[in-house]
Amino acid sequence: MSAPSSQRAHGRALLAELGVHLLVLLAVVFALYPVLWVVALALSPGDAPEPRVLPFASHPSLEHFAAVLGVGAGSEAGGGWLFGRQLLNSVLVSASTAIVAVALATPAAYALARFDFVGAKEGERALLATQMFPGVAASIPLYLILDALGLLDTRTGLVLVYATTAVPFAIFQLRGAFAAIPKDLEEAAMVDGATRFGAFLRVVLPVVRPALAVTALFAFMTAWNEFVLAATFLSREETFTLPVVLQRYVGEYDARWGRFAAGAILVSLPVMGLFYALQRNLVRGLSAGGVKG
Amino acid sequence: MTGSVRRLAALSGLAALSLFAQLSVFSGDGAPVAKAQDARRTVRVWHAYDEAEARALREVVRDFERSPEGQPYRLEVLHVAFGAYAAKLESAIPTGEGPDVFIDAHERIVTYVERHLVQPFGALSGRERFDFDAAHLEALTVGRALYGLPLALKCGALYVNDALLPNDPATLEELEALRAHLPVGTYPLVFEAESAYWDAGLLHAYGGRLLDSSGRYAFFGPAAERTLAHLRRLVDTAVVPAEASGDLVKKLFAGGRAATAIGGPWLAPDLPRSLHWHVAPLPSVRAASGAPLVPYVTIEAALIATRAREIEGARAFARFLAGPKGAAVRARVARQIVASRTAALDPELVRDPFLSAFRRSAEHGLPLPTNPRMRSTFEPAQRAIRNYLRGGRSARDVLEQGERRFDDLVRPLPAERSPAPALLVVSLGLLLAVAVAVRRARDPHFRLAVKRSLPAYAYVTHAVIAVGLLVIAPLAVGAATSLFAGAPGNLHYVGLANYVDVLTARGGALLGTGSFWLVLLVTILWTAVNVALHLLLGVGLALLLDRPTLRFRGIYRVLLVLPWAVPSYVTALAWKGMFHRQFGAVNAMLSALGGEPISWFARWSTAFAANVATNVWLGFPFMMVVTLGALAAIPQDLYEAAEVDGATAWQRFRLVTWPLLAPSLGPAIAMGAVWTFNMFNVVFLVSGGEPDGTTDILVSEAYRWAFTRSQQVGYAAAYAVLIFGVLWIGTRALGRATAPDAAGTKS
Repeated sequence: MSAPSSQRAHGRALLAELGVHLLVLLAVVFALYPVLWVVALALSPGDAPEPRVLPFASHPSLEHFAAVLGVGAGSEAGGGWLFGRQLLNSVLVSASTAIVAVALATPAAYALARFDFVGAKEGERALLATQMFPGVAASIPLYLILDALGLLDTRTGLVLVYATTAVPFAIFQLRGAFAAIPKDLEEAAMVDGATRFGAFLRVVLPVVRPALAVTALFAFMTAWNEFVLAATFLSREETFTLPVVLQRYVGEYDARWGRFAAGAILVSLPVMGLFYALQRNLVRGLSAGGVKG
Repeated sequence: MTGSVRRLAALSGLAALSLFAQLSVFSGDGAPVAKAQDARRTVRVWHAYDEAEARALREVVRDFERSPEGQPYRLEVLHVAFGAYAAKLESAIPTGEGPDVFIDAHERIVTYVERHLVQPFGALSGRERFDFDAAHLEALTVGRALYGLPLALKCGALYVNDALLPNDPATLEELEALRAHLPVGTYPLVFEAESAYWDAGLLHAYGGRLLDSSGRYAFFGPAAERTLAHLRRLVDTAVVPAEASGDLVKKLFAGGRAATAIGGPWLAPDLPRSLHWHVAPLPSVRAASGAPLVPYVTIEAALIATRAREIEGARAFARFLAGPKGAAVRARVARQIVASRTAALDPELVRDPFLSAFRRSAEHGLPLPTNPRMRSTFEPAQRAIRNYLRGGRSARDVLEQGERRFDDLVRPLPAERSPAPALLVVSLGLLLAVAVAVRRARDPHFRLAVKRSLPAYAYVTHAVIAVGLLVIAPLAVGAATSLFAGAPGNLHYVGLANYVDVLTARGGALLGTGSFWLVLLVTILWTAVNVALHLLLGVGLALLLDRPTLRFRGIYRVLLVLPWAVPSYVTALAWKGMFHRQFGAVNAMLSALGGEPISWFARWSTAFAANVATNVWLGFPFMMVVTLGALAAIPQDLYEAAEVDGATAWQRFRLVTWPLLAPSLGPAIAMGAVWTFNMFNVVFLVSGGEPDGTTDILVSEAYRWAFTRSQQVGYAAAYAVLIFGVLWIGTRALGRATAPDAAGTKS
């Protein structure tokens, strides 16, 4: 190989690299643009709309954030104390949902991946079916069930509803992860004297930790963003979760988009943080099972 | 393991502790201990008021609790989001978990009475009778019983910007003439020109009605045609902005970009101090021989719920709230046009130009008909108006279509059938199931299999119980609703009539607008286009990001999953705003590039494209992350081997990457397709079915039947069951066609 041609190859590689960056940057702009609009809306102090290309606030102000957080002028009664309480509700409900959903789904997913049992096939089909049935008609029966259980208007009731709706997807997710693990792993542990359950707990679970983390994240997000059921089931300000509060900024006659946007950003930040913290697991956890299918 | 997992584990531990604390401390009603010692009886009040009105209500509550009649009571006020109000009342009141008193508009009372959600208020004293207008009490009366006390009147009036218009306009034509004197981007008049509610003012001026006094749809004929023609003139000459929402009306007027605005009293609190404005009566229309615009008037009332636990307290509070004392506070704090005559006669209120202008407007207004059919007139009328203003169709054509739609919405429900055949089928089925179960239980092989399955059951039982009780049971009950017709609380069994109606397109053309089959086709197209684009974008980006030499991969990856982290109802609304014809960023970009602005939701193709853009944006990160994971699992030496063999990049992708990627993408694609098929948020929030319901998909159509079209829950449930059927068959067929080997993994 002569020197000029290798130089040309190098140049081509550089160009290709540049092209890749350009393409990815284009996608990044596409991904960020609407989010930046939400930020701009949150920072604009009730301005008249301007047809603009660039999503930046012309006179940035934090007044909408202050109003949502309940500090400063125009805040609702209860103020910051109430917002804190509602944030705590959201965190409690979502974190509990994640735990309950994973706790319910993990053993079931393991059984589906490892045991051949009567009813496995039917159960799996029923799980798949729940994902296909639109929930439009289910909210009134659910309300009656919660009422019968005495769990209406409690966070516990909400957690139960969210966790069970998250279970089918969690089972699919985790079953794949379990199926990807070689069977010898727990068999070796059982030869060493562990019970099946002990092997599952101490040997298998640690291996699928990324998948557990991602499944928990999904369940967390289901609960964190849900407002239709929450608004129907909760009847006291102190039990409200944040999306229910957010929904109230869009009233019958009056939509406070600035506050809505500010609230939306505050609601999104924790999830963004979790995504960032879990991004490596996200890639591994989501695909752990898929490969062996 | 990595730090993040440990962090998550710590977080989980914390959350588990808090869950425990929550279960033990807050179970039951969760009321703080201090309240338990309060001897006062609790009266629950629900409302959907916005800020100023909510503040006024709180002040009245405080006054009431200090007054002699309110002393025995403690009030618990709940502000429910307007969007959740009706659904919440309907599910809570029948179980006794609802409010004692709630505030709602008079035109809903008939519906509430039919569903047994409200109870008669009881007799009024002579003084109270005198305090309220007889017409207002009449509007709250169903049969011979009075169902609530009137609180305030809501109607439109003309807001005038003093800087742009020194004198009140006497006629609409004067405002049209103002066009020539105002700069581009500033409008002589802003109001929601595409809303049937606001356009009714003009229709009334021309002598027309949306619903006549005997409950027949009346939005057709010469008056309606002249109204449409006048509206089009207003929009075409830019006297009125096109596609204005209530929000835009407020922003344009508040921003000094409108000489006048037609709006309700709720517009006032948001106008900046720097703006000089006043309220005037609505102008008259010269073209309608000088008749004035006649707005609809809504009477807001305090209603007593059935199964109220504290009826005496509820009545006492409603009396206080509606009476002179409560009304004075509401007029002062929220500037409501209060119904109490004693309060309204207060000299200070009489002198208030704002309140007196609105009061005059309300006196000339037309109370919104209480007929429950009114609810069914808005959708057909609104669609007729939009079709006329946005499309090039003739007035007669769109009005006739509206009439047909109305007839379809209010056509009688299927007749009640005897449930005997269904019961017979169900009992035969049960019998058969028992017989099979008994036979299988006797079968030694089966018993052995069950015995061997016992350890597995230990792992699945709790999940089965939880999912069975809280997911499958409600869905099954929901599915069973499809055999009934009527509104919630008033259902009767109709057998398969709902299915017959849906599948025969309610007797219309099988592929006509809004028919099940056409919507199904749109839904399938919607799913196919979205999944294809998700796949293209997701896999493409994953391949780019998978290059180990690429710098900033970590940052790119985080930024690209951002659409996933923001709640979809927020970003869907942001996208809708970006597609706005006059103020959206997309059209701003187009005009910066020298293009013409597009009315995105006026044509099917552009509206569909806007929906797709939004949903692709929401969904590609999931596909990208799944692909990245699958790519990481492909052994590197395969690529090296391919390179040694002299394979080009494309060949490497086609022969190595794709065959290994495809099987692991399968489940993700199936899941994505199911989610997209039922992606309610995007369709409902972005295009809202525009134009003319043609971009609706099956779920959003089901939602409309359940909630906006006279609440035919049974009919909506039939849609839901059919959606389920389509998906079930579709995914099975797709699974067989694409992965014949996958079927053999475990069977």
